[in-house]
Amino acid sequence: MARVTTGITSSHIPALGAAIQTGTSGNDYWGPVFDGYKAIKEWIHQPGNMPDVIVLVYNDHATAFDMNVIPTFAIGCAEKFEPADEGWGPRPVPDVIGHPDLAWHIAQSLILDDFDMCIFNDMKVDHGCTVPLSMILGEPSEWPCKVIPFPVNVVTYPPPSGRRCYNLGDSIKAAVESFPEDLNVHVWGTGGMSHQLQGPRAGLINKEFDLDFIDRLINDPENLSHMPHIQYLREAGSEGIELVMWLIMRGALGEKVKDLYRFYHIPASNTALGAMILQPEETAGEPLDPRSVMSGHSLAQAAE
Amino acid sequence: MSEPKKERINIHEYLAEFDDIPGTRVFTAQRARKGYWLNQFAMSLMKEENRIRFKADNAAYLEEWQLTDAAKKAVLARDYNAMIDEGGNVYFLSKLFSADGQSFQTAAGSMTGMSPDEYAQMMIAGGRSPEGMQSLKANLAAAGADGSKKDS
Repeated sequence: MARVTTGITSSHIPALGAAIQTGTSGNDYWGPVFDGYKAIKEWIHQPGNMPDVIVLVYNDHATAFDMNVIPTFAIGCAEKFEPADEGWGPRPVPDVIGHPDLAWHIAQSLILDDFDMCIFNDMKVDHGCTVPLSMILGEPSEWPCKVIPFPVNVVTYPPPSGRRCYNLGDSIKAAVESFPEDLNVHVWGTGGMSHQLQGPRAGLINKEFDLDFIDRLINDPENLSHMPHIQYLREAGSEGIELVMWLIMRGALGEKVKDLYRFYHIPASNTALGAMILQPEETAGEPLDPRSVMSGHSLAQAAE
Repeated sequence: MSEPKKERINIHEYLAEFDDIPGTRVFTAQRARKGYWLNQFAMSLMKEENRIRFKADNAAYLEEWQLTDAAKKAVLARDYNAMIDEGGNVYFLSKLFSADGQSFQTAAGSMTGMSPDEYAQMMIAGGRSPEGMQSLKANLAAAGADGSKKDS
């Protein structure tokens, strides 16, 4: 039987892709970010950790979906998905190879579980999907695993509630566990953390909110999932609402999880960045050493 | 119905709260409707042939879209706050600043009244503090409380 072994959270900001492309990932600005991800990259390449399939939860940034079609929850069921041209040419990364059997199985299961999914085949994937792959899997000529793109609308209001996302994660878990093939499946929740990209309040970062969110995501997701949209908007910035997608990942891991690794950094361009590895407690592996890394302004010292 | 009704969110209260956040325009259905063509114009810049035509003559390209005069003016001036007032959304508008070779940080920073350097420095220094940036009503109440203290 297939099982969800791991949940990963990651930023998906386009500037990270640009740093890889321009060879600036080791400079003073980006170096600490890529250092923080190095532990995740090394962990995933260890024997037994590479998933067969990633269910990659992200938001499409007005790329595959324009104002014409706005699906709340969508799932990519095709054989493959090409990187989109978002205005500066497609990211030079391999095509994302899907897993149509599992994707269709999840789509059917979710609909039977009262989540009325939008099913997509011909769909290009933007930085929301490909930047986390680059950050965690590096720059291979082909991605080492299959990926099921799972776009969530967090752009046009209202996005789904945190509660809905958390419950969706639980239904994804059940769907994966009813797939007969023996597969190691990851669920990744991407985006976040606090950031605002528009208006006079652009540049908002809320370290206290972010660190509390990470803690509660691990230890108290049930209550966290009831946080209303307005609180995300006020506290974490207008684009901080992306964090509801992390609740989908968390819901797919069951009641208790162990955090193998937490990384938090300020700033990555306009955003605060959080990247974590979580596993269901009953099947969790050993935590990484160090288990928690914080870097960037005022954080490097705090962690020491 | 035998099952208890679920608690519903009051849509009017839900939407009204968005106006209480300082310096922020939430991309509601109302804004999405207003900005439909502005956002679709921006999407068109995902195609190289469109970028070439747009760059060759901004104004002529904009005439091909059903834009308000205010939206056209905002695009020509690259005034992102004005574009958002016209219903633009930053993820759509990112196609415009990407076509201009501008980063997300430069574009976001341009909406704050800060220079690109000042904005970048603010981010490196930990970003904009949420202090006093969460609620207009709370700010007013706090200012009122301060005022009454001074008066007394």
